Amino acid sequence: MNEMNKRIVVDDMLLTTDAPTTAGSKMLDGYMSLLEAEALTRAKAAEYTIGGKADVGEFSFDLLGETSYRGAIVQNGVLKNASAEIVASGDALAALCLDVNGTPRRAAAQYALVSVKPTYGRVSRYGTIPVACSGETVSVLAKTAGDCRALLDAIAGHDDKDGTSLPEELCNKVSEAVPVRRVALLKNFQADATVTEKIDAAIKEFTTNGIEVVEIDNEIFAAARTAWNVLMCAELCNNVSRYDGVKYGYRAENFSGIDELYTNSRTEAFGELLKTAILFGSETLSTENYMKVYDKCLRTRRVVCEEFAKIFSDFDALLLPACSTMTYTEKAIAENKHFVFEENLYTAPASITGLPAVVAGGVQLVGKAFSENALLDVAKILTKEAN
Amino acid sequence: MRYETVIGLEVHVELATNSKIFCSCSAHSFGADPNSHVCPACCGMPGMLPVVNKRVVDFGMKAGLMLNCDINRTTTFDKKSYYYPDLPAAYQTTQWFAPVAVNGVVEIETSKGKKKVRIKQIHMEEDAGKLVHDIREDTTHVDFNRTSVPLIEIVSQPDLSSAEEVEAYLERLKTLLRYAKVAECEMAHGTMRCDVNLSVRPEGSDKLGVRAEMKNMNSIEAIKRAIEYETARHIDAIENGTEVLRQETRRWDDIKGKSYAMRTKETAGDYRYFPDPNVMPVVIDDAWFNEIKSSLPEFPEVKRARYTEEYALSDYDAEQLTKSIALCECFEGAFEVTKNAKDSANWILSEVMTILNARKMTYDQLTLDGRALGTLILLVTGGKVGRANAKKILAAMFDDPTIEPEKYAEENGFVMSNDTGKAEAVIKAVIAADPKSVADFKGGKEKALMALFGKCMKELKGNCDPQTLRKLLIDEINKA
Ligand SMILES: [Zn+2]
Repeated sequence: MNEMNKRIVVDDMLLTTDAPTTAGSKMLDGYMSLLEAEALTRAKAAEYTIGGKADVGEFSFDLLGETSYRGAIVQNGVLKNASAEIVASGDALAALCLDVNGTPRRAAAQYALVSVKPTYGRVSRYGTIPVACSGETVSVLAKTAGDCRALLDAIAGHDDKDGTSLPEELCNKVSEAVPVRRVALLKNFQADATVTEKIDAAIKEFTTNGIEVVEIDNEIFAAARTAWNVLMCAELCNNVSRYDGVKYGYRAENFSGIDELYTNSRTEAFGELLKTAILFGSETLSTENYMKVYDKCLRTRRVVCEEFAKIFSDFDALLLPACSTMTYTEKAIAENKHFVFEENLYTAPASITGLPAVVAGGVQLVGKAFSENALLDVAKILTKEAN
Repeated sequence: MRYETVIGLEVHVELATNSKIFCSCSAHSFGADPNSHVCPACCGMPGMLPVVNKRVVDFGMKAGLMLNCDINRTTTFDKKSYYYPDLPAAYQTTQWFAPVAVNGVVEIETSKGKKKVRIKQIHMEEDAGKLVHDIREDTTHVDFNRTSVPLIEIVSQPDLSSAEEVEAYLERLKTLLRYAKVAECEMAHGTMRCDVNLSVRPEGSDKLGVRAEMKNMNSIEAIKRAIEYETARHIDAIENGTEVLRQETRRWDDIKGKSYAMRTKETAGDYRYFPDPNVMPVVIDDAWFNEIKSSLPEFPEVKRARYTEEYALSDYDAEQLTKSIALCECFEGAFEVTKNAKDSANWILSEVMTILNARKMTYDQLTLDGRALGTLILLVTGGKVGRANAKKILAAMFDDPTIEPEKYAEENGFVMSNDTGKAEAVIKAVIAADPKSVADFKGGKEKALMALFGKCMKELKGNCDPQTLRKLLIDEINKA
């Protein structure tokens, strides 16, 4: 592969030392990090070149990047994603993105790209802007499953600098994953025709290639969404508390006293969606609500893991949409402020459990821990790549 | 009516690990330039992840075992959120749900006898930074050197009832933690800090009174004063209705000798504790647990009993030596070499103590190698070095721990001579130079002999057996 073919972009959730890292927030406008993301260091070591940085929504918490302080990217009333635009246009082979709330997966689905969110702990989160640490993962976005696999192999592996990084022998378990032969399809998911079309096409391709697809009933995924919304907002609330206008980042011009410095800086710099998440997350962690809400969601997380274990005792992967529709219009999100919280119905199951997920052909496959390579292999049927 | 004071303590102790709790910065920055012991992780910069320093868990476990606690074999870290400029990430990583040690007990002794104080829990956590106020410029600076230095917080049950008991309890904690070498516990250095929870109730009542939490006492004396002041304030409020007591946090002003309300329960912030997803639960397996358990020192009482039985030391000597693990180690090292417990103890309790006191050092600051001291003692008992010169060698050993006593004695001319010829020559010269003293002595003035003896000894640099010198001197005077 020549040098041009190994050019990648990184989204603005990964720290870089030669360009500012803003996390799409006015709060971090111009923030220069002293250290770079481990995933980036490893990609460079594998001779990938960095073509630049791609914008994200504020703390990558939104649908596709529309809450960036630089403004949303919109074409004909339709929302666009910066990383996917660059990859789809061929300006970069792939993108490294932090999957906090499913953005890279939704982008892959809507741009007919491939994305892989690896098993939690297989890629170091060192040097990624922390938002929802218990579930967020560095993921790869590319045109093909093969390119995703190559870049993922380059960045994966144990890292002493990340206390949640898995030991090398566990990371290597990906090579033992069994091929995907039986796929469970979630019955009665809510999605529009543009999505069901993709699901139907995927079923057809799989069946033609000798992969069995069986419909299953499972109610737990709605609970997974609720729980992930709570955990994610609580962790976000805590993680963005450090941006207080004191040490770095945005500082309000007018204040008297330290409390007003905090309040004014944060009020002026954070966007509306982020403020909603902060307030919601803060409430769920209050002494009054902790056991009623937060602890219940931690227990729900365990139940979801158990449900997946049951599904995977019979199936190799779960097939489900990555989004409710193939296009997000500016109008739709303006009318529904909770769109992103509803939309992670599809992305929350893999986020909350840390299971690997691959998006290809507009649909999503979630597999057992360390099955990402097997998922990428079966995705090649959908991308028509030679295996 | 008679009242009783009910006191529980929250004691913060800085652990003496080399590095901080979640990064590799040095934990020792006493006297260092501000912000010279910091990195992006302990400054709370985004993207840096905590990696637990195993030594901190070792020390936390040791502390727990020294205070007779049960060790939680799966111990977890949690985030405690609050805004303060000395807390760079706006949360402190601490242990809320599964602290390292629980359900301990410590025995204290006061003028009223022995008493057991229950320990509710010991949790590990990171320290915050320091704010430095510049009055001239009306600005505040923040120093993050102390940020993420490991602490344990020892939470007692409300089992204490007087300033005397509180003092005994703190002294006991200090002794036990120093024995295990996990902490310095020096209030003056800020390596031990104490919050006092206090309430007052009618004697014999089983209902607790309204509780005040007092902060900012920087010495045991200040703690005692604060307890006495606060007890009187509570009784006054109950008896005379001088004020309505509220559950609140109060700040002690030691100069004014008063406490002031800081915040009430209603206005206190909600810390929003939740498990830190970036720190995996720490699982203490049997091998690790046993390694720590077997590394613990003998308890002071056990050592003391052994010293009187095994070494036949007096109760007094055994008690003095076991006050500090450093003294014990020095003694045991010296005994290893001399095989003479009495001599070893005497040297430590007299000569070593004299130097410690002169240099204003605490017992625990003693770094003298006991075996080297033992060698020195043997040089004295073997007649090779005079006692006065041995003291000089000991002082030198304090300054330079690499000194080998025998070699040092030889190099510095501290070895006693068996050559009586040399002594006789010196005596002759001294007598010739001081006929008055000679005459005085002959005239019956015993003191005059001491003057001559001193001059001779000085000339000989102390390297002569005093008995021999005295005999030779008298012989020479009689000859003269
Ligand atoms: Zn550090």
